Parts: sequence; C-alpha cells; structure tokens
Amino acid sequence: MKKHICNASALIFALLSGLIFGLGLILAGMSNPAKVLAFLDLAGGWDPSLGLVMGGAIAIGLIAFKIAGKRSSSFLGLPMNLPTSRIIDKRLVVGGLVFGIGWGLVGICPAPAFVLLGTGSVKGIIFLVAMLIGMGLFELFESYCKSKLASKKP
Amino acid sequence: MIIDWNNFTPWSALAGGVLIGISASLFILLNGRIAGITGIIGGLFRPVAHDAGWRIAFTLGLIVAPLVWLLFSQLPEITIDAGYELLVIAGIIVGFSARYGSGCTSGHGVCGISRLSPRSIIATLAFMGTGFLTVYIMRHLLGA
Repeated sequence: MKKHICNASALIFALLSGLIFGLGLILAGMSNPAKVLAFLDLAGGWDPSLGLVMGGAIAIGLIAFKIAGKRSSSFLGLPMNLPTSRIIDKRLVVGGLVFGIGWGLVGICPAPAFVLLGTGSVKGIIFLVAMLIGMGLFELFESYCKSKLASKKP
Repeated sequence: MIIDWNNFTPWSALAGGVLIGISASLFILLNGRIAGITGIIGGLFRPVAHDAGWRIAFTLGLIVAPLVWLLFSQLPEITIDAGYELLVIAGIIVGFSARYGSGCTSGHGVCGISRLSPRSIIATLAFMGTGFLTVYIMRHLLGA
C-alpha cells in the first residue's frame, strides 16, 4: 500500500516539476527561439537574458544538489540517481560541440521544444518531430556500434 | 559587443531561471532524478518496466505549461524565423547529438553545473561555444 502511495506522489511531483520547468521557460522568455538566438548573437544587438536564466537556475540548483549529494535516497524514499561518470571522452565533447551547432541554427533545445508543442506552434512541432527522429537515429547508431563491437570479439 | 537594452529582460529572466532551479531541485530531492530532458526522453526509447511513468509525467508537465500559463495571462510572442528545411536539419542534429553527448541545456547546463560536474561544465562550454559561432556564421557571414 505504502509503495502505491509513493508511486502516485512520485508521478504527481514529476508532473509538477515539468510544469514548473515549463512555466519558468515561458516566464524567462526562453520559449521564444528568437530570444535564445539574440543571446547567441554576440556580434548583433546582444540580449544577455539567457545568461541570467542559467544563473538563477544554478543558484537554486547548487543548494539542492549539495543536499542531494549527501543523501542516498530522496525525500520520497526513492533511490538518488546522480550521475557518477567523471570521464571526459570524445562523445561528451563532440556531442556538446555538435549540439551547439543544431541549437545555434534555430534557437531551440529539447525542453523548449516540448513547451512549443503545448503552444501549438507548427514550426515548433516540426522541430520536435525531427528531434525525436534524431534521438531514434542515435538508438540505431548505438545498436550498430554494439553489434560491431560484439562481432570483433573472438 | 552592444547590449540590446530594449529586449533585455533581466528580472523575468532571473525569475524564470529561479523557477527552473526550483523545478530541478524538487525533482532531485523528491524523485531522485536529474531534470535533464534529453535523458528523460532518451529513456523512453529503451523501455524498462515501471520506468516510463515519471518520464511521461515530467514531459507532460512541460507540454501543458503554456496551457496553464494561458489561464492567467497571454503567452509571450514566439518568433521562429527558420524555414522548414532548417528546422528539420537542426532538429535531427539536436536530437542525435544531445543523446550522443549525454545531455542538453537542462541536463548539462542547469543540473550538471549545479552539481559542479566537470563533464557538464565542459559540455556546456562546448555547446555555448559552437552556438555562438553558428549564429555568427549564419547571421554575419552568410547573412541568413
């Protein structure tokens, strides 16, 4: 019984977290790709807003993750899923560099893409569908890499 | 560098950022999860029993946010100048590379830097760098 209550509250708080995240993006103006591009355009009329969005979010996040780092389970009793990898590899760097190119082309990244879906923006939805196809292609690429690796082993 | 004071919105940007920080904080402290959209969605491509619900719930929260916003106020303007072809190309690049690099603006940029993770700091510097460069090339060299 307790487990069911816990599962239900976990789902409610996940929904609430997503909702607050989305409202934060809208309030910050980050649901508008033109405003994101205005931040990335250092040589044009520069709009530093995105920097303050990240600054505000990180200021709060620093406290929460400091608390989270000292705990083995969440306040709902769920396992604390903190990333453990510390390896800086090719994937991380190349992935980051290429991600910035896609982001800079149109000014949309994954979270705002879902907010744009909720606004009914046709262009936003086209981006979102393409983004999901890109994620699907990554899964194909991953299984291809794994099968290639497996066939190399004697 | 010239700051565009007419469009710079420091207070709403900071307030929106604080909301995003609260969201990421609630999510790690209550659900024990990182509010990184790429990882959340990526997990749905590799279904594991009893693991999809929270992912769908968080994403649903993002999608309904503009509808909840509309209950209280008008939505701020949305301007997407890019054409359909560019949106498709950029979308595929963003989706693939965010998974390849294990995160995006939310996972690396907000949560990772908050954790002071060296990996996330490097990833964020990488995508900010090429983001600046791409916009420079598109707007000032190609004039798109």
